[in-house]
Amino acid sequence: MRVKSLFLQHGRQLTTLFVLILLSAALWALSPHFMSLSNWLNIAQQTAINAIIAAGMTFVIISAGIDLSVGSILALSGVVMASALQAGAPVPLALLLCLVVGALCGSANGLLIARGKLPPFIATLGMMSVARGAALIFSDGRPVSGFAPGFRAIANGEFLAIPLPVWIMAAVYLIAHLVLSRTRLGRYTYAIGGNEEATLLSGVNVKLHKTLVYSLAGLLSALAAILLTARLNSAQPIAGMNYELDAIAATVIGGTSLLGGEGQIFGTLIGAFIMGVLRNGLNLLGVSSFVQQTVIGAVIIVAVLLDMMMKKRRS
Amino acid sequence: MISGRPVLEMHHIGQVFPGVVALDDVHFDLMQGEVHVLLGENGAGKSTLVKILSGANPRSSGQILLDGVEVRIETPRRAQELGIAIIYQELNLIPALTAAENIFLGREPRRRSGFIDQKRVVTDAQSLLDELHAGIDASRRVCELSVAQQQMVEVARALSLQARILIMDEPTSALTGQEIGELFALIRRLTQRGVSVIYISHRMEEIFEIGERVTVLRDGRHIETRPIAGTSREELVRLMVNRELKEHFPKVRVEPGAEALRVEKLSRRGVLEEISFTLRRGEVLGIAGLLGSGRTELARALFGADPVDGGRIFIKGKPVRIGSPRDAIHQGIGYLTEDRKGQGLVLNLAVRENICLASLARFSRLGWVSRTRESNAASGFVDKLRIRTPGLGQQVRYLSGGNQQKVVMSKWLCSESRILLFDEPTRGIDVGAKVEIYQLMNKLAADGAAILMISSELAEIIGMSDRVLVMCQGRIAGELPAAEATQQKILNLALGGN
Repeated sequence: MRVKSLFLQHGRQLTTLFVLILLSAALWALSPHFMSLSNWLNIAQQTAINAIIAAGMTFVIISAGIDLSVGSILALSGVVMASALQAGAPVPLALLLCLVVGALCGSANGLLIARGKLPPFIATLGMMSVARGAALIFSDGRPVSGFAPGFRAIANGEFLAIPLPVWIMAAVYLIAHLVLSRTRLGRYTYAIGGNEEATLLSGVNVKLHKTLVYSLAGLLSALAAILLTARLNSAQPIAGMNYELDAIAATVIGGTSLLGGEGQIFGTLIGAFIMGVLRNGLNLLGVSSFVQQTVIGAVIIVAVLLDMMMKKRRS
Repeated sequence: MISGRPVLEMHHIGQVFPGVVALDDVHFDLMQGEVHVLLGENGAGKSTLVKILSGANPRSSGQILLDGVEVRIETPRRAQELGIAIIYQELNLIPALTAAENIFLGREPRRRSGFIDQKRVVTDAQSLLDELHAGIDASRRVCELSVAQQQMVEVARALSLQARILIMDEPTSALTGQEIGELFALIRRLTQRGVSVIYISHRMEEIFEIGERVTVLRDGRHIETRPIAGTSREELVRLMVNRELKEHFPKVRVEPGAEALRVEKLSRRGVLEEISFTLRRGEVLGIAGLLGSGRTELARALFGADPVDGGRIFIKGKPVRIGSPRDAIHQGIGYLTEDRKGQGLVLNLAVRENICLASLARFSRLGWVSRTRESNAASGFVDKLRIRTPGLGQQVRYLSGGNQQKVVMSKWLCSESRILLFDEPTRGIDVGAKVEIYQLMNKLAADGAAILMISSELAEIIGMSDRVLVMCQGRIAGELPAAEATQQKILNLALGGN
């Protein structure tokens, strides 16, 4: 009985998890090195950046929106932070600045969508270009590189033998889960995505909450920028290209409906891991990056096709 | 010009939707060159009947004969091939294309090269429009045309499809007096050419002006077909409403208390015109009127969902400003919308989440929702309103219509609304659940809530209201105390009579 209700509530996530396990087993069979602890920590560390962006994307997509600007916001907040660090700003201040820049770009998206009534696709498409351009202008088109070890420890450091980025990812998901399931913001995110009109007629401040959702997506992009910059020891104005597509893919593979109103944050985490495992496994097998692209694209299509077929079956 | 043989005969037409018999053994026929009016209350079955003809309802029963030959109309395309065209209230034109492009949409004349022959599109369309004396330039874009002109374009499109039977559903609802005259002249020219017209309208004057015969439907049944000449308006109204009150209304009258809501000259251009009324505690004020009379628009304006141009709203005697649903809810107003699934519920949220949606702030601190308090409140309403659900966590999409409606009601009770706007509270709900909702309304009124109930069901209006306001074309056409309200009186006011 308990198992059954668990499956009913989280059926979609369990299927995704099953796919991840299956995929891992297959890669293990093909490459014994795949199952080592060090490789898994490596996968987790590489997945962290996409997973963190995808967490914000999940909020946006549950609210029946889309955010194409996350990669550009990452680049902009990254170069701003890097310049501050090089100008001698203390690390905490630079980090804060980075997060503020990301959140501000996100709230600009939100305001354009909620108040300006722009379709999310258009507003964030514009922001994608504006933020990218701003990053290039700000950095004069050049990478900003070389930071103190204290900052780089954010990416290299470990706690209990687990890399810090993995801890940060875990914390983001835990908090995102609590926000989505236990707070008004979370509830209204689902409600707006499920039926915006009914939500508005229930007296919910739809504009405010939409703006908050996009601000959160921007904030998490900036957090990803911190991790990426620390790992590469360099902030690049062209960083984060196509990251929006990876984030959308992880979200959709994880079972969040692009129509909005439905989705679970841990599904997205599994989705991000499916993509990470696939990349890692294909690398281990020596598959060329061109072929990898094709395979990952095919996986996204198959995942969504399967999901739609299962949904049809159920109804 | 009416010739003696029917072009269309419909026999024993029946249509059953899940839980509802929409049409039951209906007969209808249409002579060549005739304008045959289809008359009936909202929900009498007019639309269902013409949808069967236009191929939109392929699963009906009965027999349809065209020129004496039995046909099956399974798709809109088939209806088109048979020469049946329908012009809906909402016009089906593409605004960004020209009149000519719309007329030939999907069947554009081609050149040998395969490209569209633009010149022929325009000249052919222009000659069609000229035949109708439409006075429209075929190369103008539809969005630049008036509603009346757009209707002409639709008619031209129908004629270009060799339509012999033209169905017009409330064609005058958006036209001015002069445009109506032009439309009627057009209809007369069409009938002279042998086209037959099925004309649906609520407006009595028009029916007498344009129609030759009238068929009255009521509750999905054929009541009578008769020539319009020699019949009177009163007779038609009687045919439309004459039915015994089958349903039992458990109305309990409460002595009305203090004034809860007063509206003075509430106006919105083209929609509401100087609406004034008072609603007291313990009272159920029924709002009757035909579709498009401004009933729902009134509720939306009171709830802050639509802007108003003028007028004042008083709650408990104090003037208030209601600019948004949030303001309205703060003032203790709740709005049960007529479109339950589209506007009332978030279908993929749970029963508990829907019940608490309008009052979540009460169950949370610093944005953190207390599930315990929320569940306690929700389960209280599930018990009190007897909502049949496997649990508080059930998605409302899986509940029956009646239980869904109770969830919406719970939402407004949970937000402690004292002024309840109920728009079609029992639409699409089975009889048992209807009675439960009526009893709930009684209980609310007895507790001192003020209820404004909009309904298309006259029996419900009469059975449950303490007082009835009848709306017509955005105005209040009259007020009737419950004791004096009869279906005939209400319908007479709703149709614009005195």
